[in-house]
Amino acid sequence: MKNHVVVDPITRIEGHLRIEARTNDAGAIEHAMSSGTMVRGIEIILRGRDPRDAWAFAQRICGVCTLVHGIASVRAVEDALKYKIPRNAQLIRNLMIAAQYVHDHVMHFYHLHALDWVDIVSALKADPKATSELAQSISSYAKSSPGYFADVQKKVKTFVEQGQLGIFANGFWGHSEYRLPPEANLMAVAHYLEALAWQRDVVKIHAIFGGKNPHPNFLVGGAPAPISTSPTGAPGGAAATSVNIVALQEIRNVISKMMTFVDQVYVPDTLAIASFYKDWFKRGEGVGNFLTYGDFPEKGMDDPSSWLIPGGVILNRDLTKIHPVDLNDPSQIEEFVAHSWYDYGPGKQKGLHPYVGETQLAYSGPKPPYEALDADKSYSWLKAPRWKGNVVEVGPLARVLMLYAKGHKPTKDLATYALKTLDLPLEAMFSTLGRTAARTLETKIIGDQMKVWLDNLIANIKGGDVSVHNAERWDPSTWPAECKGVGFMEAPRGALAHWIVIKNRKIDNYQAVVPSTWNAGPRDPKGQPGPYEAALMDRHTLANPEQPLEIQRTIHSFDPCIACAVHVVDPDGAEVMQIKVR
Amino acid sequence: MREDKTLAQALESRGVSRRAFLKYASYVATLMALPPSASRVIAEELAKARRQSVIWLSFQECTGCTESITRSMSPTLEDLIFDFISLDYHHTLQAVSGAAAEHARTEAMKANKGKYIVVVDGSVPLKDGGVYSTIAGITNLDMLKETAKDAFAVVSVGTCAAFGGIPHANPNPTGAVAISEIITDKPVVNIPGCPPIPEAMTGTLAYLLSFGKLPELDAKGRPLAFFGETIHDRCYRRPFYERGMFANSFDDEGARKGWCLYKVGCKGPIAYNACATLKWNGGASFPIQSGHGCLGCSEPGFWDKGGFYEPLAAATAKLDIGVGAAAVAGVAAGAAAAELMRRKKSAAVDAANSKKKDG
Repeated sequence: MKNHVVVDPITRIEGHLRIEARTNDAGAIEHAMSSGTMVRGIEIILRGRDPRDAWAFAQRICGVCTLVHGIASVRAVEDALKYKIPRNAQLIRNLMIAAQYVHDHVMHFYHLHALDWVDIVSALKADPKATSELAQSISSYAKSSPGYFADVQKKVKTFVEQGQLGIFANGFWGHSEYRLPPEANLMAVAHYLEALAWQRDVVKIHAIFGGKNPHPNFLVGGAPAPISTSPTGAPGGAAATSVNIVALQEIRNVISKMMTFVDQVYVPDTLAIASFYKDWFKRGEGVGNFLTYGDFPEKGMDDPSSWLIPGGVILNRDLTKIHPVDLNDPSQIEEFVAHSWYDYGPGKQKGLHPYVGETQLAYSGPKPPYEALDADKSYSWLKAPRWKGNVVEVGPLARVLMLYAKGHKPTKDLATYALKTLDLPLEAMFSTLGRTAARTLETKIIGDQMKVWLDNLIANIKGGDVSVHNAERWDPSTWPAECKGVGFMEAPRGALAHWIVIKNRKIDNYQAVVPSTWNAGPRDPKGQPGPYEAALMDRHTLANPEQPLEIQRTIHSFDPCIACAVHVVDPDGAEVMQIKVR
Repeated sequence: MREDKTLAQALESRGVSRRAFLKYASYVATLMALPPSASRVIAEELAKARRQSVIWLSFQECTGCTESITRSMSPTLEDLIFDFISLDYHHTLQAVSGAAAEHARTEAMKANKGKYIVVVDGSVPLKDGGVYSTIAGITNLDMLKETAKDAFAVVSVGTCAAFGGIPHANPNPTGAVAISEIITDKPVVNIPGCPPIPEAMTGTLAYLLSFGKLPELDAKGRPLAFFGETIHDRCYRRPFYERGMFANSFDDEGARKGWCLYKVGCKGPIAYNACATLKWNGGASFPIQSGHGCLGCSEPGFWDKGGFYEPLAAATAKLDIGVGAAAVAGVAAGAAAAELMRRKKSAAVDAANSKKKDG
């Protein structure tokens, strides 16, 4: 097929994603398909297990946004059991989630997204002195001398001259769509390396509270991070556990260094790079509908007024009207499988709320090895979630728009500053680079809040409140025979919720509807494309179909997490045995 | 050829100071309990101008193993990919997508036939012809077989690749299996953990690059240098276990004073891994130090061992008959581990010596 472009694997993402596009003779994308090509069936595996164990299984849905499924899971169990957690545990969770945001977003920008805009080979032509001047003109970051950039350039030059390009092999270097001057490329390459070292420090926050990263530990009813007590009983001292006064000061240092990088490197780099690609603020919008569930409670998840990020839905770019979201309302959130490799009991055209969801793996795609999928049939292991039948986008752009719409002052100030710097109207946010910029803005908004939560945690400890776990409902004999709950959060990639049904102290049903399913899912029975597909069909012309750089740009602007997105829902014990396996 | 250069020249051309490099080599030698003479071999092999080709395959996985290797403090990921290896295929890190990415894999296989290392994370689903995971339209099984065919060795990182991991957990909906069940005609090293400790991955790779053979492995294919002792053997809370001082819940006096987590389900006594010695994220902590029991994530089938908060059955029995018996068991285990360390060291000396003769 002459105008049929297949990109599989999409690299620099989490998981296994395939994009197929059909272009006209001018190279413009007229039709796009997003397909998740890997499934594990973690929800099936969860059935029959102890609900207190669920977080560990659910967390392994993803090791990049590690922790998000752990948090959603313990919140689901706590919601089902009406289980209150101590205030310190809430603060510890906020700090851990926020650290995840900052870590994830910076790594996404430099390691997963930058090479769509930055030509590493062009950096060899840069003048280190001019690079230094450029860096110093946009930031006060200390590492900005000509010698520093010359060293980085030498490292890259030696690497390239050896002839083994490793992860940079076969890149589209020299593509006409790379527009940064050599100096901006060199600066970005330097920061690519800096960010790799930087992130190792950030995750210490997870290690101190959760024992390790990736995959820190969580606990139903609180945090598995007792505050260290000395043999004499003095709280905070003696380092009996890793959560002690010394470590809390270390966390303060980590936050401070972390935010220095965000303020002095990540934010200015985003604006500098974006300024060379302003046409990318005019394409790749997607659907113009946005969903958030809300997160970062100052008090508790049951008190939405205390959340930093509010929940709601924005339709058709209308920021004046926020529609409320109810995760328990069967008419609001439904998942469709009309174009997914699953069957539904009531028929493949029906939508089902997660509480009554079904799973019957039913692969009907071509026998591997295959060349093409068929958009008229099923073509993905992802389902298609909808809110009241609408396709919605989740993630940083949705959150920044929601905060903006609600009049959150730091967000308004920061967005106004960024748009003014780039000389762009608010509408520019509805685009590929709008999505990327929103990710940068929220990193600062959320990261800045961490110091407040840490101060509150330390103040509580000093005031004598050292409780991090509520043991009241830990013993399963205290639980009702049957209960159900939903745990939700704002993961770095968007709104995430887990639904759990507990019967006789075991998991009877477990379902996750995750951010990348909302964004990367296939068409629904009405033929409405998912956000990835819609975004690719919004003004994308491939300069060279053999090197589909444009597809990489817009797909990466969503920060795909496909292991998360592919999940398996399943209604009751008997169904597991009836999974259709051809 | 660049191989003819001296170590110092090779290092200089790469902008690495000789001192820093030797420091790293001796670090790896120490990490893997090798004799001092081994660090010279490591330094020379690692400094070769042509970097070892590594093809990293990702199957049924969560990318936690890749995330973990980016956390390695020494060598760092950037040291590895700029100075020691040529990471020729890696979904999460490589710049280019699609056909060009696949082309990079086949090119590396051709150019380094018989010499490249294949690293795998994730299990491989065999059920229903492998339709549950495909890349570029081909099944994981086909891609693994094709890629491993001309490899020098295969390294399974993470419990999914090593033992089947979470996809293999009951009822294993997709028929997931470990890499060693498919690749039976090549050396396979398992570096389990969910995820593995980053330095266990980079240290084992450094050993493979330096000595051109596998490090000494246990019966489950794990390098003894990292998996030779249990968490419990080396846990800083072990003295409390010996004295019968336990946390009875997650936030009681014992929990806050750092007493043993046995009774709240810690699997440290049956988990062979180095968390208690190497620790995590630059020594910031490890699970038990923070206050949660060990999940035993480096062991086969750890997902199906009956609940993370259930105390170990055997341990409970020991506790019931008194602390003394457990202490005896611990001493016996310690003696066995010490013997393993002795054997490992002598093997490493042999390896270092034979290398010298060859060279």
